[in-house]
Amino acid sequence: MHLPRCEDFGPWTLDLGLIVMLGEGIIKGMAVTAKNFLGSYVSEERLTTIQYPEQRQELPEAARQFPFLVFDGNDPMAGLRCVACQICEKECPPKCIYIEKSKDKKPDYIGKPQLYPATFDIDISVCMSCQICVEVCPFDAIKMDTEFELSTGDRFGGLLVNKHQLAKSNAHYHRIHPTEADEVDARLAAEKLKAEAKAKADSEAKAKAAAEAKAKAAAAAAAPPATPPASPPPPAAK
Amino acid sequence: MQSIEPSKNFEIRPKLSDAGAVEGELLEVSMGPQHPSTHGVFRMDIVLDGEQVVKLKPVFGYLHRNHEKIGEGTTYLGSMPYTDRLDYFCSMTNNWAYALAVEKLAGLQVPERAEYLRVILAELTRLQNHASLCGFFVQDMGASGTPLMYAFREREKVLDLFEAISGARMMCNFMRFGGLRCDAPVGWLEQVQKVVDEFPAFLDEFQALLSENEILMARTQNVGVLPRDLVVNASITGPLLRAVGVNYDIRKVDKYGIYDRFHFRVPLGERGDVYDRYMMRVLEMRESVGILQQALKSVPGGPIVDPKAKLRGFRPKAGEAYGRIEGPKGELGFYLISDGSPNPYRYRVRPPSYINLTVLEDMCLGHNVADVVIILGSVDIVLGEVDR
Repeated sequence: MHLPRCEDFGPWTLDLGLIVMLGEGIIKGMAVTAKNFLGSYVSEERLTTIQYPEQRQELPEAARQFPFLVFDGNDPMAGLRCVACQICEKECPPKCIYIEKSKDKKPDYIGKPQLYPATFDIDISVCMSCQICVEVCPFDAIKMDTEFELSTGDRFGGLLVNKHQLAKSNAHYHRIHPTEADEVDARLAAEKLKAEAKAKADSEAKAKAAAEAKAKAAAAAAAPPATPPASPPPPAAK
Repeated sequence: MQSIEPSKNFEIRPKLSDAGAVEGELLEVSMGPQHPSTHGVFRMDIVLDGEQVVKLKPVFGYLHRNHEKIGEGTTYLGSMPYTDRLDYFCSMTNNWAYALAVEKLAGLQVPERAEYLRVILAELTRLQNHASLCGFFVQDMGASGTPLMYAFREREKVLDLFEAISGARMMCNFMRFGGLRCDAPVGWLEQVQKVVDEFPAFLDEFQALLSENEILMARTQNVGVLPRDLVVNASITGPLLRAVGVNYDIRKVDKYGIYDRFHFRVPLGERGDVYDRYMMRVLEMRESVGILQQALKSVPGGPIVDPKAKLRGFRPKAGEAYGRIEGPKGELGFYLISDGSPNPYRYRVRPPSYINLTVLEDMCLGHNVADVVIILGSVDIVLGEVDR
């Protein structure tokens, strides 16, 4: 295709890099700027500037800034979903997460005893908001916050946030990422139901196995002592 | 001041005056790294004869962050957010090139819907990159403000779309091996359609504003001309290559992703001067709008990521792979060697703007200092990618 060249425009001459101009293109361009300038008095949507901080733009639901730890219930430390598995610590590309495991265990949302983080620090001056910790977390314990006004005068201690500062409620999570939080809640509820059903089945199986073992023991006691047991003893229920 | 040997491929003209050549001294000027027209921390050692450039040495590395070595030290997934920071204008295409290389390595299949969304995201990236480039380039020429603000107004719309789908405006970190991180939110495709429908109006406006502007033509035409054989020999890619009329677009040559399903033309220039490079960008934006319109018509439903792809414990089998795409700046490639461990054994980036910068001296010789600024602007460099 042919692009416009200065040589094409008739009477102009090229001389020592200077061009004798008619200025049509410039006038055309000025018309565009005039249209934009005058248009801003007529059309509201041309005024795109937002007067921050008085005015604020609404963040999209997917917005992410820095991670936080989700807790269920009312007590931030008792309800933390984090089980200190340290997967996020390993996967974090800039290595801004520091976790120390607890010595004792506390029950998680299913009721199973789990470890919890004795220390959970994130250096948000190192964090690059990539969301990989969120993706790799198998417990839905760490999520992205949308808070971005975190500047502080203390550049070392002020930007190193501990687990007390990181812990935020599930209600907060629902407020900032409603769709995603609903999905997570549904998944966790399903897992809990499954775990409960499994626990129930397990306890039933245990009771059954115990009853069988008892019956067998009784049968063995009743039978002549010379005959070996017909079947191996049932495996210990887990 | 010491006199410096001029470059061999440029002959110094005798310094005017009929009475015979006046003996003068060459002047060495260090341009950058804080110069606003160098698009970041980039320095040029320019040897000047009066106003004319006789030698130019690009100096870079001020933004070196050890990207490739970090890539060998982290997992495959861990390198993905770092690729955002290569060319921070086009994080989506950087993600795609890296994902493409890993997918070749691990043999992952990308689902249809993810392929369509990838094309949409890549073409949106091209739109916003070229729009802001045109703005910056005209700003370098002295049109301070107006065209750049018009371009940034459009770029903002595209960045809002990126934020809505990925959560971040520039550091998207959105593509994953075998697909995308998550599906598009409800109503996102309609928003894209709106932006794409409005975009040609901006292009018309921008072209009316600039393309026939006499000052722009006088400043850019026949400036920074690259000979065709030099461009090919120096493995220049992208709009610089097509501006000299070489028909080489990896979207057409490789047909990666699903680019063989779309009809689009590859704009070609004639002379390879700065004006042609500028026009290449404007024309490519029009083609990108065409691709977007076609892609938006036929986005299928379905899964967004290959079920075989694993986030944790991802270990591709030993081997090597090179994934390349047509980024907005040229051929962006990632070369990976796997030894079966969770980290790549070798991780190499082929950055388009770094390689395009190698012919900077050939473009600038014989031109004035003021032309160096616009020639550099027309190369379209981002120092995050040049220095890595």
